Amino acid sequence: MKVPEVRRLLLQGFNYALFMAVVWYFSLYPAHRRLADDEAVITLAFGHTSQRVEECRTLSQEQLNELAPNMRTAVDCPRERSPVRLELTLDDEVATRMDLVAPGLYKDQGVDVYRDITAAVGEHRLSVWLNDDVNVDGPTYRFERAIELQPAQRLVVTFDATRGGFYLK
Amino acid sequence: MNPVKRAYRGLEAWFNLSFGPEWNPLYNLGTLAFFFFWVVLVSGLYLFIFFDTSIAGAYASVEYMTHEQWYLGGVMRSLHRYASDAAVITILLHMLREFALDRYRGFRWFSWFTGVPTLWFVITLGITGYWLVWDELGLYVALLSSRLMDALPIVSGSMTRDFLEGQLTDRFFTLMGFLHLLGQPVLLVFAIWIHVKRLSHVRISAPRGLAIGSLAALLVLSFALPAESHAPANLARVAPVLKLDWFYLNVYPLLDHWTAGKTWTLTLGVTFLLMLMPWLPPKKTGPAAEVHLEACNGCGQCADDCPFDAISVRPRTDGARWSHEVVVQPNLCASCGICVGSCPSSNPFRQRGKPLVTGIDMPNYSADDMRTRTEQALKRARQGAPRIIAFGCDNAYDASRLEPRGCAAVNVFCAGMLPATLVEYALKKGADGVFITGCRTGDCFFRYGNVWLDKRFEGNRKPRLRAGADRKRIRIYRGAETDGARIDAAFDDFRVYLGTLGTDHADDGTRAVEATHEGA
Ligand code: HEM
Ligand code: SF4
Ligand code: SF4
Repeated sequence: MKVPEVRRLLLQGFNYALFMAVVWYFSLYPAHRRLADDEAVITLAFGHTSQRVEECRTLSQEQLNELAPNMRTAVDCPRERSPVRLELTLDDEVATRMDLVAPGLYKDQGVDVYRDITAAVGEHRLSVWLNDDVNVDGPTYRFERAIELQPAQRLVVTFDATRGGFYLK
Repeated sequence: MNPVKRAYRGLEAWFNLSFGPEWNPLYNLGTLAFFFFWVVLVSGLYLFIFFDTSIAGAYASVEYMTHEQWYLGGVMRSLHRYASDAAVITILLHMLREFALDRYRGFRWFSWFTGVPTLWFVITLGITGYWLVWDELGLYVALLSSRLMDALPIVSGSMTRDFLEGQLTDRFFTLMGFLHLLGQPVLLVFAIWIHVKRLSHVRISAPRGLAIGSLAALLVLSFALPAESHAPANLARVAPVLKLDWFYLNVYPLLDHWTAGKTWTLTLGVTFLLMLMPWLPPKKTGPAAEVHLEACNGCGQCADDCPFDAISVRPRTDGARWSHEVVVQPNLCASCGICVGSCPSSNPFRQRGKPLVTGIDMPNYSADDMRTRTEQALKRARQGAPRIIAFGCDNAYDASRLEPRGCAAVNVFCAGMLPATLVEYALKKGADGVFITGCRTGDCFFRYGNVWLDKRFEGNRKPRLRAGADRKRIRIYRGAETDGARIDAAFDDFRVYLGTLGTDHADDGTRAVEATHEGA
């Protein structure tokens, strides 16, 4: 099957053009829309090690004698930590709610929290509570703030127990 | 026939029309990928000269190249991006090809299995590349990659939070630079080396015409629609719209809806499924070639011809007067039979009247079987005139479909299995013509079968078709299963042509090869 030289070159040109069109198009499109023009993002992000489920206790001499010799430590601290429960509300509507079991084989590790919440631009009432102790009913930390979101803004809500709880960044 | 294969063959035919078999991009996907990597490497080295590997200076340095130095730095940047994208398309087509043509199972499991991680190395190399621009897209890639990393049990603490808290130190960014510029490319080269380790005669350089055409196309695109950055990275902002490079960043949008854990499950699941494909379901490879030292002189031709590097040459062990012998590694052998066509001892003029023993042979289809079947075919062909023997292979158009048109067919495993001397033998023993089919030129199920056949028949590779053989009475015309009509027409044409040559040619002296080959 012989194709004339010029037609062959034209066909090659067409194939190259098609190839480059695919390269260019999918290197940019379809564009990925993450937010509407009148939306912003509240990012809830922190790490926290919750309270122990049981208090440490000091063992008496009799109790110690009952244990195997290699297990005899004066203070016994059960390693398990409380689950972390939290709720973030925006203008009285629950935006996110979490109930996180402490990770690790002995449930003794800290939890990591990351959540992006899309919200409309403008003024809002933000409130968050967190409970990190099974022995306490209700929140152990609370935070409330009036905020104003700009288009495409990322507002980071974070938490640090040593700084007294939640704060904005 | 399976529709994927049919569609793929159609695409191949389309490219043959414009590029011809030598430049057909679908026959050059491996070499094209290498070519695009070369473009990426050269343009990358240029970008490296001007790139500032600190987080504060990266964005500005890329902007400088793109806008101030658009005529060189900008073009290099565009070439770097577009050639990387073109490489991904090429690799995906390469995968499609191996899959569509059922070239991923059986003895090919190794190439497929190692190809999948190679693809991972390519994709992750692109990801760190987008990271380094440190624009909104780079930040997006950084944040989402961190979320993916945080979901793995290997990192303690949270990379994502470190980012958000602005603790992304220069050192971390420099690490990315190191990975992208050196670590990942070295890994990739190593992975490709493993990937082709079981193959011989691996072609690295693309045909010149194809390379020039591709480079020209990339240059035109780079000048017409240069690559650009998004706005600079800003931790207090979420870019509402991102122009994603879907060749590299396709997984990230999943994270908008899914947790990192679920995203990992999907991507790793797809990866493992791909890697297991050679066994879903498995394909049996025939028995390995066997060496018969009594007929081997250690010339090494079979070892050089084996497309799968299954034969090695070693010092003689049987005390014969030759210095070397060959040995087959059965687990590497594809059972293609090409080595039988390579061995000068496969000459059917030898050992007439007793079984033909050749230096290297297939246990399930020996050189002796080929000779016997050819003789039987000659008997069958005698009824028609002109008498034509059609040799075909198991992986292309089935030559026996030509029998109703006036020939007797003999199929072998691969066109490369056919000893040139067997063709002479058929002509000498009364055939008026020999018609040889096989996989499309430029393509061969066993990689080099039809290439070696052409070279042997052109006199460019041992064992050569002897000059005495009447080339006019030999026609090679190839095609895939889908090329029936074309092959039928070519066959009819050949038959008519043979009619004009006449049938009075047996023992006319030009094909008296018997004496010289006997006992060789
Ligand atoms: C960086 C990416 C890759 C490059 C540069 C590459 C390159 C090559 C080359 C040069 C060959 C030898 C072709 C020949 O000479 O006949 C080959 C063979 C092969 N590749 Fe790849 N490859 C890549 C990725 C992949 C991937 C992702 C897969 C599939 C998952 C794959 C599957 C195969 C198979 C099955 C073969 C065997 C072909 C044969 O035995 O004829 N490759 N590759
Ligand atoms: S049959 Fe094919 S793969 Fe096996 S040794 Fe011979 S040439 Fe190599
Ligand atoms: S081609 Fe034949 S003679 Fe030469 S090394 Fe191989 S088996 Fe031996």
